[in-house]
Amino acid sequence: MRYMLLICGDESSAELAADDSVMAGCGGWAEEMERRGVLRAVAGLRPPSDATTVRVRGDQVLLSDGPFAETKDQIGGFCLIECADLDEAIEVASKHAWAKVGMIEVRPLWEP
Amino acid sequence: MTPELEAAVARAFREEWGQIVATLIGVTGDWDLAEECAQDAFAQALERWPRDGIPRRPGAWLTTVARNRATDRLRREAVGAAKLREAAALSPPDALGDDDAGSGVGDDRLRLMFTCCHPALALEAQVALTLRTLAGLSTAEIARAFLVPEATMSKRLVRAKQKIRHAGIPYRVPPAHLLPERTTAVLGVLYLLFNEGYAATDGADLMRQGLCVEAIRLARVLARLLPGEPEAGGLLALMLLHDARRATRVDDAGVLVPLEHQQRSRWDGDEIAEGVDLLDRALRRGRPGPYQVQAAIAACHATATDAAATDWAEIAALYGQLVRLVPSPVVELNRAVAVAMADGPSAGLALVEALEASGTLAGYHLLPATRADLLRRLGRTGEAAGAYREALGLAATAAERHYLTRRLAETTARP
Repeated sequence: MRYMLLICGDESSAELAADDSVMAGCGGWAEEMERRGVLRAVAGLRPPSDATTVRVRGDQVLLSDGPFAETKDQIGGFCLIECADLDEAIEVASKHAWAKVGMIEVRPLWEP
Repeated sequence: MTPELEAAVARAFREEWGQIVATLIGVTGDWDLAEECAQDAFAQALERWPRDGIPRRPGAWLTTVARNRATDRLRREAVGAAKLREAAALSPPDALGDDDAGSGVGDDRLRLMFTCCHPALALEAQVALTLRTLAGLSTAEIARAFLVPEATMSKRLVRAKQKIRHAGIPYRVPPAHLLPERTTAVLGVLYLLFNEGYAATDGADLMRQGLCVEAIRLARVLARLLPGEPEAGGLLALMLLHDARRATRVDDAGVLVPLEHQQRSRWDGDEIAEGVDLLDRALRRGRPGPYQVQAAIAACHATATDAAATDWAEIAALYGQLVRLVPSPVVELNRAVAVAMADGPSAGLALVEALEASGTLAGYHLLPATRADLLRRLGRTGEAAGAYREALGLAATAAERHYLTRRLAETTARP
């Protein structure tokens, strides 16, 4: 099954991560998961202040500056993984260094 | 239908429902189909057993009927070709349903327990799923037991089953590295079930009290399926030792009766004997855990011939062990009570005051209530009355308030 790991957190977890060994740990994770054949895609996102939100209402394209949800917690990146089941996905997510400072949402993909 | 027959169907339902549902989920992977086919099998039993007699092995009969029904439905719906292949590849009908032969059917029930109690499901969903799929309670019954509308409970069950399917929660007994933690989760759900029933003091609410029976039945199954896990035996022992006292916990007026005033002759001697025996066997494995220690405490109470004969020093030591296993201010408070009984009220009061200073139990009515009891025993009635009033302001249930009001009246009546 495929799962999206949404790397979530607020400003303070971002500061923590920028600070020390956390991000260094991230590289090791990606390599390990690639070796295991679990990791399909991975990307970090620029901060929500760089986001633009798009809606179409009628024939008008409406834009707003910033993320779609004005919440404290934001998505800072994602990893697409393929695992046997939720237990494996949880194990993979819990090994990600970000899980120690922020949180990781494990979301299954629609499968045909 | 004759009464014997009705009793046979009822007994088969109690004993076989979880087994049949578990087997069918294993075969089809479809929780709803499994429940529906199990229901159909019991409907057929009601129709055919009066005519053909009760089968020699009702469980095997029901499992075969349910499985055939599932195969029919999958074929008719022309879906799940893979599921059908699996169903066809099953061992012949007469090899099924024989629990004692170690056919692996028992493992299905264990798989079902672990899946229902998967920590990725909300606790309330775990509890509801366990009652529905393993114990066979109807949605309406579960809703009544947890005091929520039936529609709410129904939605909760549908969502939980959807999540299992969509999120890929595996239908299995977890591998060794996950087993201890996940076993703890299963034990926790069963204990929660038991406590929900045990806390129901209202005599009119039989459905809630029935939860104790279901919890004990499921704990029995778990203890049998996990013979190497002493905590499973410990939990069953704990439940039995509490349940043995159930009839004496509340008087006819619905007022809580404290342990020392309960009528010990009305405690269930068989349940106590079984609980103590289970506990001894669990403890011999030399891997104590919170349930075994709690059962040991309950056994101290249950086997004391009268309140005065209670071995409070042993109980205080056991609470000390429990605090080390599961650090919790509530356990600390219980330890303080035991120490007060063993070494005198002032020793207990010192522990209660330390707890109060830590602030971890602020708002918990038993903290001032315990302090009040100890102050009363020390003859400090003025302070005791103040503490009883404080506890009254925090107590949630009528039974608790009634008890505290009486104590307060006794305290203020004295010179």
